[in-house]
Order: sequence, then C-alpha cells, then structure tokens
Amino acid sequence: MKGKGEEFSTEQLSTILEKHRSEKNGLIPVLLEIQEEFGFLPREAMKRVAEFLGMDPIDVWGVATFFNQFRLTPLGKNHVKVCMGTACHLAGGRLVLEALERELSIKVGETSEDGQFSLERVACIGCCMLAPVTVIKDKIYPKMTPFKVEEALIPYRQESTVED
Amino acid sequence: MTFEEIREKAQAQWEGLKSITHVLVGTATCGRAAGALDVIDAFKNELARRSIDVPIIQVGCIGLCYAEPLVIISKPESFRVVYQNITPDLVPRLVEGYIVGDDPCLELALGTLEIDDRGTPTIPELPRFEHEFRLILRHCGYIDPENIHDYIANGGYHTLEKALKMRPEEIIESVKKSGLRGRGGAGFPAGLKWELCREAEGKTKCVVCNADEGDPGAFMDRVILESNPQEVIEGMIIAGYAVGAHKGYIYVRAEYPLAIERVGSALKQGEEMGILGDDVLGSGFSFHIGIAEGAGAFVSGEATALVAAMEGKRSEPRVRPPRLSQAGLWGNPTLLNNVKTFSYIPLIIGDEREGFASIGTEKSKGTAVFTLAGKVEYPGLTEVPMGTTLRRVVYDIAGGMRKGKKFKAVQIGGPSGGCVPESLLDIPIDFDSLRDAGSMMGSGGMIFMDENDCAVDTARFFLDFTTKESCGKCTMCRMGTLQLMSILEDICAGKAELKDLELLQQLSEDVKMGSLCGLGRSAPNPVLTTMRYFGDEYKAHILEKRCPALVCKDLIAYYILPDKCDRACEHCILVCPTEAIKGGKGEIKVIDQEKCSKCGTCLEVCPPEYNAVIKISPVSKLPPSKMEKESSAEGGG
Repeated sequence: MKGKGEEFSTEQLSTILEKHRSEKNGLIPVLLEIQEEFGFLPREAMKRVAEFLGMDPIDVWGVATFFNQFRLTPLGKNHVKVCMGTACHLAGGRLVLEALERELSIKVGETSEDGQFSLERVACIGCCMLAPVTVIKDKIYPKMTPFKVEEALIPYRQESTVED
Repeated sequence: MTFEEIREKAQAQWEGLKSITHVLVGTATCGRAAGALDVIDAFKNELARRSIDVPIIQVGCIGLCYAEPLVIISKPESFRVVYQNITPDLVPRLVEGYIVGDDPCLELALGTLEIDDRGTPTIPELPRFEHEFRLILRHCGYIDPENIHDYIANGGYHTLEKALKMRPEEIIESVKKSGLRGRGGAGFPAGLKWELCREAEGKTKCVVCNADEGDPGAFMDRVILESNPQEVIEGMIIAGYAVGAHKGYIYVRAEYPLAIERVGSALKQGEEMGILGDDVLGSGFSFHIGIAEGAGAFVSGEATALVAAMEGKRSEPRVRPPRLSQAGLWGNPTLLNNVKTFSYIPLIIGDEREGFASIGTEKSKGTAVFTLAGKVEYPGLTEVPMGTTLRRVVYDIAGGMRKGKKFKAVQIGGPSGGCVPESLLDIPIDFDSLRDAGSMMGSGGMIFMDENDCAVDTARFFLDFTTKESCGKCTMCRMGTLQLMSILEDICAGKAELKDLELLQQLSEDVKMGSLCGLGRSAPNPVLTTMRYFGDEYKAHILEKRCPALVCKDLIAYYILPDKCDRACEHCILVCPTEAIKGGKGEIKVIDQEKCSKCGTCLEVCPPEYNAVIKISPVSKLPPSKMEKESSAEGGG
C-alpha cells in the first residue's frame, strides 16, 4: 500500500486504466485494482475513472460506496480485521472487538492518529471452526479472547516503535 | 489431442502417482488458517534434510475442518493414513515413522483413507461417513485442484464428451428428469430454467455461475471452488451447450482470493487442453469462461442484483419479469445457477441409471451440502441425502454439542433462514419441510447453538447484518429492518415492553410483504422463528430483565463468589481493563459494578480450580456487597 491522504501516482493510475480499456463495463474490476495499488480509492482517481469510462462521477461514487470492499480513506499500517460472522459472534467476537477498540483507542472503522492501526469488522472469512477469529495484517489469530488481544498486538507495536 | 488421448495421459499420470509414496496436504482456506502451509514447509525441509524425494500435493478440503491441518500419507503397498491436527513439529515423526519406516504413527492418525465401490474416498473409522453421501464433494480433499489430469483420471469431462454428442434438448430433458432443483436456496427446478433460456430469443446468450456466497457462516461454495473447480467448469460448459451460449462467467466474491486463484488456474488448464475455447474437444462448439470479481455485498447473491454488479452498477435487484433467462446480462438471455447446481450436472447428464433421482425425497432429489459451525464437536462440511433428519446431522455427523452442552437450536440458511429448535430435530431436511418450519435451505449454512446462546441476541445479530446489507431500494426493507433492529436492541437492553412483541411480529410480516427481493422477504425469518420457538426467552428479557443464556450485556453482571475466591491469587485484578476489581493481597476480590465494562476477562483468567467468577442475570439478583450489607444491618438493627 502506498500513498497517504489523497496523494497517489497518476502514472500508476494510467497504467491500470489502460489495462482495462478493452473490457466492457469493467468498473468494479478497475476500482478493485486501484484499491489494490493505493490501499483505498482516492477521490481524484475516481474522477479519472468516471472520465475514462464515460460515466458520471456520481455513479462511480455510488458503486464505490455500495460495496463493502471499497474504502474511501487510507488504512493503517497494521490493518486489524475482526470476523463478525455468525460462528464468531456466538463465540464472543463482539467482546474481542470491544477489547481491540479499547486497546487501540479507536472505534471500528477508524484509523489511529499515527497511522499505525486501523480496525474493521468483516463478515465471515470462512474459517468458522477457529472462531472467534481476528486477522492482523495477513496473519490469522484463531480462538481469540479479550485477554489475548493485548499480547497479539505486541509485535506490531514494537515494530512501530523501532521504526520511530 | 483427442479426449481419448487426454484421458489416457491423465490416467497414466494418476497411476504413476499412486505407485509411489506421496503426501497430500489440505490447503483450502480453512487448512491454511490452521497452519497447513507451515506444515508443507516442514515436510519439504525434513525430506530435503534426508534427501528423500516424495511429492507433496496440495489438495482441497475433505470437510473435516476440525482436524485441520490434515495430512494424508499414501503408500503404494500399504494403507493410506489420514493424520489430524498436524503441526510442523510433528512432521519429522511422520517422515521417520511412515515415509521412511513402516510405523503408521497411529497416535496421530484419524483413520485410513479407502475408496468405496462408488469410487468415493471415505474414512471407515469415522462413523459419520456411514451417514454421508458424497456426490459433489467426492473428490474434495483427494485430488489436486490445480491439476486437471487428476480430475480427468477420476472420471472428469467424460460427461462433457458424451453431452457434446447429444442434442441440447436431450440434455435439458435429462436435467428435468433428474428433478434437480437450484442449490442457491430457493430450489427452482433447474431443467425448467435451462429450457426457458434455450427457448429465449437472443444471439449472445451467457451462462453465469453464482459464487457470491455471502451468508456469514456458510462456506461450501468456497470449498468446492478451492477443492474441485473443474467439476463446476464442466457443468457450465454443458449448460452453455444446452442453452446455446458461448460465454460463461464465474462471479466470485473478492473475499475468496484462493478460490479466485484456483478457478483461474483451472480455466487456464482447460483452455490449454482444448476443453475450453473455440473448439471444445473438437466438437466445433465454442465456449469461453471468465472470472468476475464481486466486491462484497450480500444482496449480490440475488440473481438480478448479481447481474447489475457484473454490469458495473450498484448491486440492486430489479422487478421480474423479465426473467434473467429472457433478459439478463447486458440484456441477453442468461442462465444463472449456483456453484453446487453446476457441480451436479456432470453426474446427471446421460446417467441411464438415474442415480441422482434415486436419492432424496419425492420433491427434493439428490443430496444437500451443509456447512457445520458453531457449538458442535466436529465443525466442517457434509453432504447427505435429502430427507436426512437434522438429528442425524447434529449427533451422528457433527458429533453432538461441544463440552456435553445441551442442544438449543440450529440456524439454517443464515440471515435469510430461521432457527429450528430441538422439538423439530426429526424433520427430514429438504426444501419444503424446512420452509414449513419457518426456515429455509438457503445457503445451507448450519450454525448450532447451545444453552449458552441467546435467541434474542442471535436474532439481533442477523438483523444487524441485514440492516447493513439492505441495498436500500425498498422502503420496507431499508427502514423496516432498522426498526426491527431497534426493537430487538431495546429487548436486549431490558428497555422493551410486552406490547413491543406484537409490533415486532407485525412489522416482520410487513417487511416480508413489502420487499422486492429475497433479502428483505426473508430478513425477518430469524426474528419470527426465534419468537415462535423461544417466546419465553423474549418474555424473560422484557418482564424479568433477565437473559436466560447470560449473553445480553445490559442484563447481566459479573460476580466473584466469595467462598470460591482464592485470596492469594490476583489474576483478575491484573487483567481488568477498567480497574474495577478491588481487594488487596490475601483479601477476597470484589467487582465494582459501577466501573465494570463487562468484558468478561476476569471470568476468562480465573483459574479453573477456583472458577470463582460467574455471570448473574437479572442484575437485581446480585448479592449485596459487604458495605451495603453493613449499612443495611445498621439501619435495620
């Protein structure tokens, strides 16, 4: 993930758009690829997409805000996803989410001020037998509890202090 | 290459593999989450260290998720042994024991893998296999999903070859005769859908596979795509030939990256072998398949909404007619079926023995695939004949409830389904009987609840989900679910009155009536069924401010039993995030209810030998604290 705030490379954007020129109605694939590259959908990039596909910007906005995958703000360096599928809910997923909110001092959907952590709830990542599950970056933490939250965050916190 | 040559090559490769020692590791998403890739690395290292050359093959999921990471060691002249919960540190033992030596390491084994007379792999040591009937799951976890030869050697694409020599009408007749009903949930007769699409006017028809599995707790489509994508592709090509389409799409949700990767590789191999492309198996019929990635919206599972998303629009359902088979993707006649529906096709077409139709009940033929999750002993995936009772699934396949807890209910079909209580465990599972019970087959996701799960909280959970996922097109769905949600929140918080139950009932009926698509029409099901079967629990929340399952936060309090608390232990004090626990060294610990955030950490850390922390509901039942006792004693005395 690159860029912070609204900065993004117009060159990279053009490369992505060119790749999709021959496709019919490729709005969602284009947006997914832009997000893959920049970590979120910058406003200016969406305007360029609208122009490129001959759509009204409002329709691109409409799609970008409709689907759960799309994000309009950048993520933290360590993205924390808490599974809120049914099995995880029954196994106490909500208590884990609340513990993470408390530990990170952010609410779900927010990014910490230093840009280190962001917290998101997701609906089922498909490993219900490990419920409740939390994903930090790409690592899956199975059978989470409020007590295990602090410990799970330690390596990511250390990493950020070392860099500072 | 003719198909005969392809088949011979595949068979030779498969026999070659069977004649040497090899290792299979389940690496579907569930296996990976449990650490399967680390296990593979450990095998590679250990084998390299000993300079042994043994192929390690990544397979999909055999459905025994609780046993992941699952490893199968296959030796040509001996048993194939299935090992469960293998971690990297156990790998040297397996290599030393069964790859190098002849010790099958039984202490790590789950059973042996045998092939039954239908050619289906089974583990005879596990009683559940007696009750299962694996049709579309039969190769899952057994063949390499990224090697088309494995599929062909096990009977794959035989049906396609046969179908291409049949007339399209014959194929459709065969689907109709099988009694196959769409596995997306609604159970529409598949043959009829195919016929409508075949008869529709339009040059550029297409076939769409719906793999937008959005139910939070169902994952069978993911498992099929990750374990045996060729089966789905074969079904789609046959469908294309039957309805007269030359283009197909598999719409997969972006949350399933591994499924997308494995389908992509399967398509590429199909093209290379001439099974997909301009001249399918030399028949002159052209068929291409592409992948369309979904961006995450539960409503996209609805057929017309899915098509809208594929066209790059907001995924909103539209009024039918016209049916998709008349005007679907970009206005063209479109055949849209679920992953599982396509998977059955290769087993159905040209099957003179009518094997599929002989299984199941009168109106629901074949098998049903369910994911088993929640509070059961053996979560995973299963395939049973339609008409199997729920009791059999709970106790004989899923192993009963975990920790000997009491079965309370099973939620079938996720947010669109309903919950089925103990008293209905003997109903046969099929499309119609589940609907009569107020639930539905839906996605086929089963979530088992025990005595510690609250019916009201579960209904609230599902409503929270549908409220967020409602596309907003219909007022009753957009606003109605929100209102239902707010009533349920009041009940869970002990702020509701008895008359709110009537409102809840009425509004639920209204939302069902006033919504266009399946999302809104089924969203109140969890509320209606929990009210129907667990009405007492709703009343306890309202009248007594009591949550019988001790779940709803506002109605419970944490309490430390003075006679059980070990005075010397300070575990709870150290972990309490709000410093709500008082009590110095050697004193009994007491929770300050004003400060307690009810996170449950004290209960979690209290050593099992004391078990001093309990939950109490209603809060008014909380024993008075020592100070209160003293002051009341003074006042009274």
